[in-house]
Amino acid sequence: MTTTHSESSWRLSVRDFASHRMGLVGVAILVIFILFCFVGPLIYRTEQVFADPLQSSQPPSAEHWLGTDTAGFDVLGRLMEGGQSALLIGFLAAFIATVIGTVFGAVAGLVGGFVDGFMMRAVDILLAIPFLFVVLILATKYQGTVVSLSFVIGLFAWLVPARLVRGEVLSIRERDYVLAAQVMGSGKARIVRRHLIPNALSVVIVNVTFQLADGVLVVAYLGFLGFGLAYPEVSWGDMLAGAQDQLANGNWWLVYPVGGCLVLVVLAANFVGDALRDTFDVRLRRR
Amino acid sequence: MLLHVIRRFAVSVLVVLGVVTITFFLLRLISPSPALVVLGAKASPAAVEAFNAQYGYDRSLFIQYVSYLGGLFTGDLGYSHKLAQSVTDLVGQYLGKSVYLSSAALAIAVSAAIPLGIFQAVHRKKPIDYAVTTLNFVLYSMPSFFLGIILLQVFAITLNWLPAEASQEHSTVAVVLDWKHMLLPVFTLAAVQLAGFSRYMRSSALDNLGQDYIRLARAKGLSERQLRYRHLLRNSSLPMITLVGLSLPALVAGSVVTESLFNYPGLGLLFFHSLQNQDYPVLLALTLLGSVLVVLGNFLADVASAAADPRIRR
Repeated sequence: MTTTHSESSWRLSVRDFASHRMGLVGVAILVIFILFCFVGPLIYRTEQVFADPLQSSQPPSAEHWLGTDTAGFDVLGRLMEGGQSALLIGFLAAFIATVIGTVFGAVAGLVGGFVDGFMMRAVDILLAIPFLFVVLILATKYQGTVVSLSFVIGLFAWLVPARLVRGEVLSIRERDYVLAAQVMGSGKARIVRRHLIPNALSVVIVNVTFQLADGVLVVAYLGFLGFGLAYPEVSWGDMLAGAQDQLANGNWWLVYPVGGCLVLVVLAANFVGDALRDTFDVRLRRR
Repeated sequence: MLLHVIRRFAVSVLVVLGVVTITFFLLRLISPSPALVVLGAKASPAAVEAFNAQYGYDRSLFIQYVSYLGGLFTGDLGYSHKLAQSVTDLVGQYLGKSVYLSSAALAIAVSAAIPLGIFQAVHRKKPIDYAVTTLNFVLYSMPSFFLGIILLQVFAITLNWLPAEASQEHSTVAVVLDWKHMLLPVFTLAAVQLAGFSRYMRSSALDNLGQDYIRLARAKGLSERQLRYRHLLRNSSLPMITLVGLSLPALVAGSVVTESLFNYPGLGLLFFHSLQNQDYPVLLALTLLGSVLVVLGNFLADVASAAADPRIRR
């Protein structure tokens, strides 16, 4: 009985989400980009490890659809390569941040009292430190790889989900249906499993999409400032480093395709996040 | 009210103390001593040892922390061996310019977002509302440097109306007067803030439009115009106070990117150059300064909203 109920409530959420046009557009864009970045290189084959200076800064042509960059790399192929790292870092960092944040927030909310106060003050302190500063400083010291950047970002991005989950746990804990379950003799483990996790999950899922958007942006900032991935890995931000000079030289194909991809992916993730939040909000109101 | 302020202030001081501790140990973990950066990677162990002894990097970490903390109380932010200058002097040199850039951007963002949000709420679900919302979303999703690059292309390269570089004037006053060089940097920094603010303002104004007091004001015969400016504006702008306080981290980070893009000699550019030089004493001080600004922003926002809305005090 209870299982069918929770299934149908999730199915309702899916239907609500499907009626949200912006959310669907966002999902579509993300799927297209995943295909473009991970399947694209299998079809549009390019050399992305060894530079070819003889071919540098060529405008778009039949051979190089989006031209070549200053080192002679094919830009379209590089977009796919850079997109892979952007998406991988975005997802991995979001995953790390969400896992740490959820556990931290749930423990603080469930234990409460002195421990909760201490844990949340720690979050306050870490939140006061400008995120980009710390990530940049760490990036000067550690070799930029997809894994290292994901950890650097993830290890500093869990603060917001921790706060959200704690707030959610505190509020759910006092709701009537949880109190009712307690009165009916449900144990603590059962309440956590059947009530707290499914209900706090919506907040977490919404946050994951925003984390993804933020992760992609942070990688772009790092790359633009010159502290991105180390050769031969490349990110979209790396491709935009020195973009002002390229524009002054009229090499538009080195700037706008990358910038466009960046905006589209972040925009799509934000769309999905907004649609999910609306969906879960509606579900809350209907309850 | 006074009790509320005192309590919030005490919490802020504790948070700053925590920030100092964490950033100090984190940076010492990354770079225990600037010796190799200053003397070069091939410096002899004896030279490194002499350097460490001279500047106190051979003491235990805890002693170094206590002396750093003591220095902070006397206004000593550390010493940049790379630039052979005290960090306090460096900050004094660049602070004014960053304050000008950030506050000009913030002022523009807030004063544009409030009317824009109200306008959208009043015209909700009409094409113009959707258009502005979409534009907002795009701006919000755009890394600030890319927006800056587009503005550079349009106004500095294609139209050639504005210079591509920010003002290089020496004094802050001269920078303010040199407005033509500052338009692009200020608008780049403002636009990204604006997107977040007006999105929030729209939903705040929408919430207020559904409230009873608006219905009452309408019922007693206020014109739409009076309603908008007298009631809606004041009530729906209230959350902006908190939002501006909370937006300071983004502003601090945004200024690093914007100042690097337009080569504007403020604290953001100093941070960028210090990253390149691995000048950790400066990085530590600027991170600390950024954090203090964030805490101060939160504190002021809290006090201001408590002053504006008695319900918050309790």
